[in-house]
Amino acid sequence: MTTADTGAGAIATTSTPPAVATTPIQGRVKQRMTSRTASAVAVIIAILWTLPTFGMVLSSFRPENEIKTTGWWTFFTNPNLTLQNYDEVLFSSGTSGRLAAFFLNSLIIVIPATIIPIALCALAAYAFTAMNWRGRDWVFIGVFALQIVPLQMALIPLLRLFTMGFNLGFMQVKLPISGTFWAVWIAHTIFALPLGIFLLHNFMGEVPKTLLEAAAIDGAGHARIFRSIVLPLLLPALAAYGIFQFLWVWNDLLVGLTFASPESQPLTVRLGELAGSRGSEWQRLTAGAFVSIVVPLGVFFSLQRYFVRGLLAGSVKG
Amino acid sequence: MEDVLGDWVPKVRDMVVALAAFGLVIALLLLFVERGPKSVREKVQVAIFAGPALFLLAIGLVYPAVRTTFRSLFGQENNFIGVENYQWIFEDPVARRSVINTILWVVLTPLVATAIGLAYAIIIDRTKFESLAKSLVFMPMAISFVGAGIIWRFVYAFRGQRGSEQIGLANQFLVWFGQEPRRFLNEAPWNTLFLIIVMVWIQTGFATVVLSASIKNIPAEITEAATLDGATRWQLFRNVTVPGIRPALVVVLTTISIGVLKVFDIVRTMTGGQTDSSVVALEMYNQSFRYGEQGRGAAMAVLIFLLVVPLVVYNIRQMARNREIR
Repeated sequence: MTTADTGAGAIATTSTPPAVATTPIQGRVKQRMTSRTASAVAVIIAILWTLPTFGMVLSSFRPENEIKTTGWWTFFTNPNLTLQNYDEVLFSSGTSGRLAAFFLNSLIIVIPATIIPIALCALAAYAFTAMNWRGRDWVFIGVFALQIVPLQMALIPLLRLFTMGFNLGFMQVKLPISGTFWAVWIAHTIFALPLGIFLLHNFMGEVPKTLLEAAAIDGAGHARIFRSIVLPLLLPALAAYGIFQFLWVWNDLLVGLTFASPESQPLTVRLGELAGSRGSEWQRLTAGAFVSIVVPLGVFFSLQRYFVRGLLAGSVKG
Repeated sequence: MEDVLGDWVPKVRDMVVALAAFGLVIALLLLFVERGPKSVREKVQVAIFAGPALFLLAIGLVYPAVRTTFRSLFGQENNFIGVENYQWIFEDPVARRSVINTILWVVLTPLVATAIGLAYAIIIDRTKFESLAKSLVFMPMAISFVGAGIIWRFVYAFRGQRGSEQIGLANQFLVWFGQEPRRFLNEAPWNTLFLIIVMVWIQTGFATVVLSASIKNIPAEITEAATLDGATRWQLFRNVTVPGIRPALVVVLTTISIGVLKVFDIVRTMTGGQTDSSVVALEMYNQSFRYGEQGRGAAMAVLIFLLVVPLVVYNIRQMARNREIR
């Protein structure tokens, strides 16, 4: 698997020159024309894809009455900036604000909901790659097939399990986690497992078998091999998968909506509420939206390489 | 600070405790594997490595999927009603509309996003600005559907009073070209198309990145040989590029389709499913959680499952074949 932007420069040097030399002049002119329209198309696409976000971010810094009455493009003739919207939406008490508290909830959800799945997936992937046991391949196919099950099918039974507990036949066992962060962490962990195990299993398959065998001959047990050989080699893969999981959890709405209580709801749920109840309060919506996208955008731009690698490793999230 | 963040101390403490407990358990288990009595080792080790994940999958995916399937055959009072819930999906006007809309979403989004992504990937291939150009189009992938929904609601914003300036970019464009501004999100059936544009906006970057990597895997000799033989750009595209990236094209198309089938955040944030714009995943949520119609909600979840299965199977077979080729 090559990441997106490696190798481009190396190949570029060998690409077109010989072709140009043999093309008739007419063809060359035509080619230059098409390449000019092509560049124009690319520029238009790039602008169209950036402009909505740009307009939203710029608007979030404009005073309330201006956002509501004039387009953000008028900013360039009448520049006027303020942090008022952020102050209001983050810190004001009452129903419109307090996004800071939900931001914290999102952080509290996303950290364990990224770390725990990585650990469990790595352990399970090791059992499927480096340990020999009866039925191993069948169980792996089963786990793999679970990617098909959409989230929607699992929501209500899992929610019931969290709220009502389970029946042991002679007694009902209640779980004290309904609506807490525990419920959200566990739900996210479960939904992450099929894809995570599959991805890490693929990456682990690339670790040379002879390396593991040599370690086993030297008397290292599975725990030792896992800890000191497999994990260090797998670090880039874990990072790739970790970023994926992080963005997935941070951006999730459905799991937060279903399993969290008002005390533990993530930012997305709160933002969805604002969009529903205060649909024309653009000063709040634009500022709120920016608060919610600033973390994933930061992660994305600083770790894009790993993100792309995770993406290219095959990605079907259930 | 106290009232703004709410009770932040117990929350943070909960998280730290949870992480510490989890780390401790894993560490103890690994220690047990390493130091434990030799006789029990082999099976216990497998159980320790794979057990936690398998247990969670059993209670969190396998059992719920089976239960939801059964639930879809029962009515409001838990009485067996056979396939009535499924019949309802195709008889109720709102539910039927959501099925039709979902089909529109699944057909249009992958095709348009892949077409634009492919064109873009080819144009920017091996240019100076390639990685910047890619980042710009790829960026929406990092944004939540809720965030994207708000961004695009702002683009589509409509102000109706006479003489008032437009604040939404889309309507301002209409005004600049001498057209009447319109309520993009209220006019069925067009509103579904305008919602689909949002999903296209998000997924095009995915198509671009995957297809671009695939284009780079086409051996340079083949492209060179074709140009030496006088192939035009279009011939090069048709006869070299597309066959060369066919497997990646299929994976991109199916992956986007699968994602589209489950999308509900965009519709919920932008229209709430009003004015005939709902989709199956949103109706499933509404039936189950807002109207308390668990049987109908379960039937819709199963419907999503049935629509996803052929796509995933096809996707997996394609990925397996790609791996063989490589």
